[in-house]
Amino acid sequence: MRYGPAMRLPDGLVAVVKRECPTCVLVEPVLRELGAEVWCQDDAGWFDHDDTELELSYRLGIETVPTLIRVEDGEETARVVGWSREQWEDLTKVECLGADLPEHRPGCGSLSVDPFRIDALEARFGGSGLGSHRVELADLEDEHEAIFDRGWTDGLPVVPPTPERVLRMLRGTTRAPDEVVAVVPPDLVECTVEKVAVNAVMAGCLPEHLPVVLAALEAACTEEFALHGLLATTYFSGPMIVVNGPVARRIGMNSGVNALGQGNRANATIGRALQLVVRNVGGGRPGQIDRATLGNPGKLTFCFAEREEGSPFAPLAADRGVPGNAVTLFAGSGVQPVVDQLSRTPESLARSFAACLRVNGHPKLPLSFDAVLVVSPEHGRVFREAGWDRARLVAELEALLLLDADELLRGAGGITEGVPEALAGRQLPKFRSGGLLVVHAGGDAGLFSAVVGGWVSGPTGSSPVTREVRA
Amino acid sequence: MRTVLDPTGEQQAAARDLLPRPASLRGRTVGLLDISKPRGDVVLDRLAELLAADGVVVRRYRKPTFTRTAPVDLRHEIAEQCEVVIEALAD
Repeated sequence: MRYGPAMRLPDGLVAVVKRECPTCVLVEPVLRELGAEVWCQDDAGWFDHDDTELELSYRLGIETVPTLIRVEDGEETARVVGWSREQWEDLTKVECLGADLPEHRPGCGSLSVDPFRIDALEARFGGSGLGSHRVELADLEDEHEAIFDRGWTDGLPVVPPTPERVLRMLRGTTRAPDEVVAVVPPDLVECTVEKVAVNAVMAGCLPEHLPVVLAALEAACTEEFALHGLLATTYFSGPMIVVNGPVARRIGMNSGVNALGQGNRANATIGRALQLVVRNVGGGRPGQIDRATLGNPGKLTFCFAEREEGSPFAPLAADRGVPGNAVTLFAGSGVQPVVDQLSRTPESLARSFAACLRVNGHPKLPLSFDAVLVVSPEHGRVFREAGWDRARLVAELEALLLLDADELLRGAGGITEGVPEALAGRQLPKFRSGGLLVVHAGGDAGLFSAVVGGWVSGPTGSSPVTREVRA
Repeated sequence: MRTVLDPTGEQQAAARDLLPRPASLRGRTVGLLDISKPRGDVVLDRLAELLAADGVVVRRYRKPTFTRTAPVDLRHEIAEQCEVVIEALAD
């Protein structure tokens, strides 16, 4: 007989066992002598009752087998686990039980708490607490095609977000599934931890990635980050995530070889999860609210860790007031290479950086777009050995990027684009104060750094935002 | 049968019909909303001239920045004061 949800436990003795457990085998004659109702987890034919689906075990919260329970008026009144003659005699009020058995033997773990089964059991039998609408896919539907058809993907296949997988994802955080993380534009939807988990599953995240995704979403949905406009703009940008702190290494993020590229699960899926939340929860889709003329491939995912070891700079987030585990969100518009294989002094290298940063957006447009300068280890070594920290490098770059407005005027250099005539004779900084971020990342070899251009910057547009990653 | 959880915001937006289009703008109040894009004023200044010549009452409005949605108060102000609104998405 199998357990059904409407079944009531009979008064008397109920036991849960598994045949693989030596202690259960040991107590078999005692259970038969007692006439207990015995449910077996792994062999439907051993006793009269079959709990190979583990529903009874799950509902009774069985953690150890054998478990012996006394039931009175349909309610459990006593329970013992493993074999102990004294405890069993006490529970059953029967004396001289199992005279030829040892005094006691510990039990074994119940299959219903097996880490590989618990999520499926919770999804199936638990009041899982999941509030998302459940979508049934027909047997003849290909699950991947069904999810594409519903418009839930970014163009690549996703991991189907089954309740079991979502429950497992939620184990990555201590936050309640129904807690609201952020109000997500453009539809201004209150997004719960659960909805983030659903999209993180789809993106391919592991549970340990979830806290970083949650922090990234919180940062992205702040007023100063201006995610609505970032999404809606015809410009290239999308949210880029830089991760700092021990969490990066703990969850296997890449800050080294090919840090901005493919091949690392945490980097790839955390950035993707954020974008899937924007798409699915916020309703921001390309061609609808997202009006990007060209976009950039980083809008699929753009997430990496800062290489803190060997860096000439303090961690980016710490420098921005959030020490430890943190994310920094930036409105990134793609990667522009910086090649300098000959400079060996910080002064020369800073001039190379300045020359490349000057063209950010357009060489004649100052104060328009922020940028992140990603300094590689071989370039970083030049600054480290010279004792230049981040503030020194930024200050030098700002001095080098004070531009003569006469060269930037509309029409100057035969280029119509530029600043209005009214600014003639002035000096204009390329970047607003705080608009140039410096990060250390990349593989050991290569005298290359990178500029990641931003979007409309500051109070008019988007400001970088740093937030702590919480468990 | 496989079950997946809906990843969307599960919003049911209320469908609302557009107001009837006016047959003529003469004598009506038309709001011109500048979203603060460069040179949006070029378009709107010319529109204001043309509308005024047609006997339209023109009111001008401006968003603080094009990168953010219009503040609620501004939207209410326009809805209270105007019968028609024209938004400039210039660059």
